[in-house]
Amino acid sequence: MKRFKGFVTKEFYHIFRDRRSLFILFGMPIVQVLLFGFAITNEINKVDIAILDHSKDATTKEIINKISASRYFSINQHIDREANIEAVFKKGKVRAVLNFEKDFNKNLIKEHQATIQIITDATDPNSASTISNYVNSILQNYQQEQNKAIAINYVITPQPRMVYNPELKSVYMFVPGVMTIILMLVSAMMTSISITREKELGTMEILLVSPLKPFQVIIGKVFPYIFLSIINAVVIVLLSIFIFKMPVQGSLLLLGLVSVLFIISALALGILISTISASQQTAMMISLMGLMLPVILLSGFIFPISSMPLPLQIISHVIPAKWFIIILKGIMLKGVGLQFIWKETLILLGMTIFFIGLSVRRYKIRLE
Amino acid sequence: MKKTNVIQAVGLTKMFGDFMAVNAITFDVKKGEIFGFLGANGAGKTTAMKMLIGISTPTSGSAQVAGFDVFTQAENIKKNIGYMSQKFALYDDLTVKENITFFGGIYGLSKVRIKEKTKELIEDLGLKEVSDQLIGSLPLGWKQKISFSVALLHEPKIVFLDEPTGGVDPITRRQFWELIYRASHQGTTIFVTTHYMDEAEYCDRVSIMVNGKIEALDTPKKLKKQFNVDSMNDVFLKLARG
Amino acid sequence: MGITVSNISKSYKKVKALQTISFEVKPNELFGLIGPDGAGKTTLFRILTTLLIANEGKATVAGFDVLDDFKDIRKHVGYMPGRFSLYQDLTVEENLKFFATIFGTTLEENYELIEDIYVQIEPFKDRRAGKLSGGMKQKLALCCSLIHKPKVLFLDEPTTGVDPVSRKELWEMLKRLQQKGITILVSTPYMDEAALCDRIALIQDGKILLIDTPENIVKQYPKTIYDVSANNMYQLINSLKTYPHQYSVYPFGEFVHYTDTRLDFNPNDLKIYLEENNLSNITIEQTQATIEDSFMELAK
Repeated sequence: MKRFKGFVTKEFYHIFRDRRSLFILFGMPIVQVLLFGFAITNEINKVDIAILDHSKDATTKEIINKISASRYFSINQHIDREANIEAVFKKGKVRAVLNFEKDFNKNLIKEHQATIQIITDATDPNSASTISNYVNSILQNYQQEQNKAIAINYVITPQPRMVYNPELKSVYMFVPGVMTIILMLVSAMMTSISITREKELGTMEILLVSPLKPFQVIIGKVFPYIFLSIINAVVIVLLSIFIFKMPVQGSLLLLGLVSVLFIISALALGILISTISASQQTAMMISLMGLMLPVILLSGFIFPISSMPLPLQIISHVIPAKWFIIILKGIMLKGVGLQFIWKETLILLGMTIFFIGLSVRRYKIRLE
Repeated sequence: MKKTNVIQAVGLTKMFGDFMAVNAITFDVKKGEIFGFLGANGAGKTTAMKMLIGISTPTSGSAQVAGFDVFTQAENIKKNIGYMSQKFALYDDLTVKENITFFGGIYGLSKVRIKEKTKELIEDLGLKEVSDQLIGSLPLGWKQKISFSVALLHEPKIVFLDEPTGGVDPITRRQFWELIYRASHQGTTIFVTTHYMDEAEYCDRVSIMVNGKIEALDTPKKLKKQFNVDSMNDVFLKLARG
Repeated sequence: MGITVSNISKSYKKVKALQTISFEVKPNELFGLIGPDGAGKTTLFRILTTLLIANEGKATVAGFDVLDDFKDIRKHVGYMPGRFSLYQDLTVEENLKFFATIFGTTLEENYELIEDIYVQIEPFKDRRAGKLSGGMKQKLALCCSLIHKPKVLFLDEPTTGVDPVSRKELWEMLKRLQQKGITILVSTPYMDEAALCDRIALIQDGKILLIDTPENIVKQYPKTIYDVSANNMYQLINSLKTYPHQYSVYPFGEFVHYTDTRLDFNPNDLKIYLEENNLSNITIEQTQATIEDSFMELAK
């Protein structure tokens, strides 16, 4: 028993004297609880919707006002033709379109019934259902208020329609996210581990005392992983098409090119991580905690960003994965071309160049 | 007065698959002796030593250490010996006192005894000012002297030292060996491996392993005469080169 | 094509790894840096191979400044850091080919330089480096550091942890390399290897104690050393230490190196004293100082 106590005491000493283990034991759980607490929410908040009002009468105006007054929705724009609905969704900001039929008020008074189409972007099936339900409940609420006053039962019939993912398959949501994570994992983590391994084994010393230029070492390290990541991406896309029957509506070429761009940005991040890690363990920890976790939580892959508090939303802007997922979903599920995603692509390109520049500058040509 | 054997090995063998790492070695070590166990890297020294300290089961042959059988009583052996190796001796992130307390506890010493021994050790090695410092902050030579003393905390019959003086300056090395002499004088048997051939000369008897077999076993003086050379270094070269 | 070091100092946080080190290595010399762990040998090597920047001082290697011309130095030196840094999962041949290509040469081009070393490992050329014995790894690392015919060769503790046979072989190889026109700087904690160098620098705790040829260093030893032996080593050491006139008492193999504080020391006095202390079989003979004696005297 005494031996056991002595051993346990020693273990406590080790834990409390190692800054890294302290951070993992206490720092990380707090960070994670905060992140998860704020990020995971099924509520929606100020979701952008568009209005297609064929009637433009007093009733529709009232309903629209009610919707805009609620904190769940924010009216992004009014469109005047059905033909424009597709374009609005492709742009990506608007998550739902409310389509009021012609002669809405007249129909209510004459036939005691009118319909509103609730068209939601179901590339994120969870929030699509939620949006639909919330609109519904606002409508119900309005009906109740009106019917109380008038003593006749008007019925507003909502017609929900889910576009891009009518069966609300969750795999449509997961595949782009998983692809992002795997590419990030293979590229960033493996690159950073490979470079730090040379440091740990001591072979880095010999490479430095040689005519090899720093950029030759960096590119040499990164090259195999570009190929491997591309193969991974191809395998994932094939699997999702043939096993999960996921559509790829847009151009495969565009998909490939943007994927390569993202891979390069992840590789640059990997090199950056290797410049701040002395050991493979550190590199792995930073890759997992510093990359994987924010990507899963803050990229909009599972939890919608618009529902998160503002500080988290701002942070999500600097995560390359967020932009890549928007592009991926756009190309695969909505079939958009470059004209709709040029902004996101440009941002991703800018980030990539920034990371490459930073890691080249930080790459040490000496041991200190 | 006949000295008793604290280690007795007969035909001790260890095989890894087809490879015979230790080939039927036979030898004994007397109480209070300083026994040098030499050999090139890969000659089988470390494997042999692992069998004697009870952490590796021999393939065949027999051996008794401190009166216990290496096959059936390995746990008892571990309780009755001390061990120190160059690669690891003490915990860098614990203080001198904490290390002594920990190892004392592991060896089953009572709290009172640990306190006594701690005081003894600190006075003996002159560590009063650094007793609450982390081991990692002390120079290599001090670490080695402390680990040797820690290996003796529970007053074992035999102490096994695996290349204990690597890299240390010549003065500290000799101070370390003076500790060894004193322990031997007090009746502790010392089983030591080393690459410093001059340290081989400090031993009462030396054995040299080549390719798994013991090719020489005698006092340094007699070995030098046998091979007609002046130093243990030359004995080794003659044997290993063949 | 030698090395010059002027007033180099280097500190890590609070630790002074090197304190105002100055020395020169002549072209084609086999120069030894002798000292225990923590003396500063590896730090000095890293500064000279341009891996670290000194806090103070200047240094040149093969005529190039370590700070301004580091790219040139990296093209013209061979470096074997401690602990055999090779790619464990590549074979002997693959390792050699790799290092040859990054130095822009081939195995064939400078073959005669490494020939007598390479033939010893050639039978294992398809074996992974990780599976070689310590001595073989050492030979392979040496070949890899020579493959581009460097002007200066830096070997940081190439014999540490290696058995005496391989140690001897390595030094024989170095002597042969020296004849082929390479300047060699070697560090080692083994004092007996010092005698094999042209000149040596004794270093401890970041300071140089002495630089000279091994013979001169030993000649400069200030006292006369006596080999003393008796029937019991432990008792002998204790008795000598309590002898009032003792200056130094150090075990050296089967003898104890003893020096006395008095100039007119008569060994017979000592013999009587030891006999009074119940020792027998006493021999006391004058002997030559060794590098180790000199080191300990200087480091006191």
